[in-house]
Order: sequence, then C-alpha cells, then structure tokens
Amino acid sequence: MGIVSWGFQGRSRRSDQKLPPGQYLTDDFPVLSAGPTPRVNRDRWEFVVATETGTRRRWTWPELLADVETAADYALVHAYGGYTTNLPLEDLLDGQAWIAYRYDGGDLAPEHGGPARLLVPHLYLWKSAKWVRGIQLLLEDEPGFWETAGYHDYGDPWREQRYQGD
Amino acid sequence: MARAAVPGRLAERLRWRVARLVSFVDETEAARTLVFDVPGWPGHLAGQHVDVRLTAEDGYTAQRSYSVASAPAGSQVALTVQRVADGEVSPYLADVLEVGDQIELRGPVGGWFVWRPEDPAPVLLVAGGSGIVPLMAMLRVRRAAGSRVPFRLVYSIRTPRDRYYQPELRHDDPGVDVTYLYTRTAAPGGGRPVGRISAADLQSAGWPADFEPACYVCGPTGFVEAAADLLVSLGHDPSRIRTERFGPTGG
Repeated sequence: MGIVSWGFQGRSRRSDQKLPPGQYLTDDFPVLSAGPTPRVNRDRWEFVVATETGTRRRWTWPELLADVETAADYALVHAYGGYTTNLPLEDLLDGQAWIAYRYDGGDLAPEHGGPARLLVPHLYLWKSAKWVRGIQLLLEDEPGFWETAGYHDYGDPWREQRYQGD
Repeated sequence: MARAAVPGRLAERLRWRVARLVSFVDETEAARTLVFDVPGWPGHLAGQHVDVRLTAEDGYTAQRSYSVASAPAGSQVALTVQRVADGEVSPYLADVLEVGDQIELRGPVGGWFVWRPEDPAPVLLVAGGSGIVPLMAMLRVRRAAGSRVPFRLVYSIRTPRDRYYQPELRHDDPGVDVTYLYTRTAAPGGGRPVGRISAADLQSAGWPADFEPACYVCGPTGFVEAAADLLVSLGHDPSRIRTERFGPTGG
C-alpha cells in the first residue's frame, strides 16, 4: 500500500460493480485519439490481413471476413491515419474481438472509429484500434504506436498493465 | 503519425515516487498549480503527463493523469489541476492538499504529444480551457532552451477570468504570439465577437499550411474535434496535427 493521503476518502466503494482496478463506469462514449479524425468513405474502405509469409487477403466493405491460414502468434493492427497496436493473435479469436461498425442503431461515427473499428473488450481500449484497415500477422511481437512509447504490450485492465513492466 | 516520432521503449518499469507539495498558486477560481518536489525525477519532455495516485486510509486508491505544466527543473514538477464538479481526485488536490503533504506520482508518460527544441518547424498551439497546460510546458521549454522557433498560441476560454498563467502569458516573449478567443464574455475593447473557434480564427492567428507548422491541439473532446477538423480543412497535413483530449472521465 502506498503512502496514505490523509483526508482523502475517495468515492463510495460499491461492491456490486465488477470493474478492473482504477476503472469506473461511464454511460457516455469518451473519445481519445492522437490526431485528427480521418474521414474514410465506405466505398473506399478496405481491410487487409497480411500473414508472416507475405500472403495478403483483402476485403472490401461488402466482403468482410473469411478464414486465413497462419502459424503466427502475434498481430499488429493497422488503422487509417497511421495508428498501430499490437496484441497476441489468440486474443482476436473465438469471438473475443469484433470489427464494429454500428453503434446504438446507427453507423459508427467517425470520431469513434467509423466506418469500422476493432473492439477487444477484455483489454485496455487503446488496443481497439479505430478506423481499422488491416491486421499484420507476425511470428514475433512488434510494438505498435503507444507500445513503442512505453505502453504495455498486452494491456490487461484487471492486472493494470498500463506501461511496460506493469 | 510516423513511428519515428516517438522515442525508444522505456527500459525500466515506471516507478511510483513520493511527491511532496512545496508551493501552489491559484490560476483561476477553479484551477490551482501545484509544485511538487519529486526526488529522483528523471526529467520530462514538454507535453508529457504523469499519473497521480491517492491512497485512502483503508487502502483504496484512485489514479488520474495530469499534464506537466513546467519545464524540466531538477526534481520539481508542476501540475495545474482544475477542480471537476463531483470529482474524486481534483478537489482533493486543489483544495485539501497542503504544503508539505505527500502524494504518489509516476512518469513521465507519453511520447507523442511532445515538443522538442531541436524541431525547427514553426509551432501552432491550440488550447481549449485547461488544455493550455501541456502547451504551456512547451512555451516554457522553448524559453528555457533559448529557442527562436516561432510559436503561435490560440487559447479559447469562456471569459478573461478563465485564463491560466497570467501574467506569464502577458509577458512579451519575442517570437511568441498569443491570441485569446472568448466564447462567452470578451475582454473590454476586444475586436472579436464571442464565439467558438472558427476557420477564420485559425487563419488569422495560426500559420498558413504552406509553412508546415507542427500543430498541437489540446482541450475537451468537442473542442479538439472541431479545431483539428478546421486545421485539416485549412490544408494542414493530418500527420502534422497532434491532439490530446481531456475526456469527461477526468477529475
């Protein structure tokens, strides 16, 4: 336990909330982006999976998604605008991750990553790349945009893996 | 958003350090600058932030991120904290913490929203409200480094009473132009009608896109979205525009 800040009470602790440490429930939809919001037209949107052997599969908006052959263990996700983020491939499989393109009955808004974003709800949300455009499959882990600047390669909120070494 | 723009990976784990409040100054009715002494502080870049951790008597902890307001100066780190209504951490920092009190802090964090004096490109700073804090660190690092890189600051606030860092920002700094945009009440004698930031504001108080300035935009999400979109529409390369958003989850 760290040094005690006398007089600091904190919010009332509610035991009914199953939230990772340091997180709290929000009913709105916060926006965090490192640059301007790219405006990507669906007609020109494409999604590419590139494997470790150099094979590339490309999908246009109407085509998304089919099986890909790979022996890779890691994924580097690419986004329009240049953002990247890395995570183990197994965290993208078996329904743990989605390409999300609708929200609350409408198209996903550009500031939230529309036309389509990755959504990996069990990891910190910087892994859920907005304006997603492809996945590069790799035999060895390669850090993405924030990970290169010291953020955690995995990012489990239950273990508070914010920065390298956490 | 070039990968080369961010530094190498951190070699060691970011340690929590004890920070002792050595002085404070009220910037506005709602914001206070806190100067901490942090033994072992490794230094920071202009624009980086720190994580602050408070621990209650029963062991409960709360963490928040705050931009560093100061230029690197030994073991001293200044943060400017705006009281958030119903906030958990900011009212404690701004109202309860006294000189000599200790909190915990770790950092510096973030290698994207930073300015380095070695970068010769002209700089446009666009601040909305408390978004001025990391941009102020850039102005202070510029001054500390004796840099002659031309800076323009466009600072949007509700009223003249909401301006931070007065009189420091009023002090004439050669090569630094400061323009205030008031959204609710203008200063007496000001020519611009009150209102939100517009393309005309950024055209007259910013740099032409041809100059390829480095643009830093910081503030609440709506402000940052609007200002960054305006810069793109004025022809600025999106990769030259870096943003930092103070989400509604702050406090």
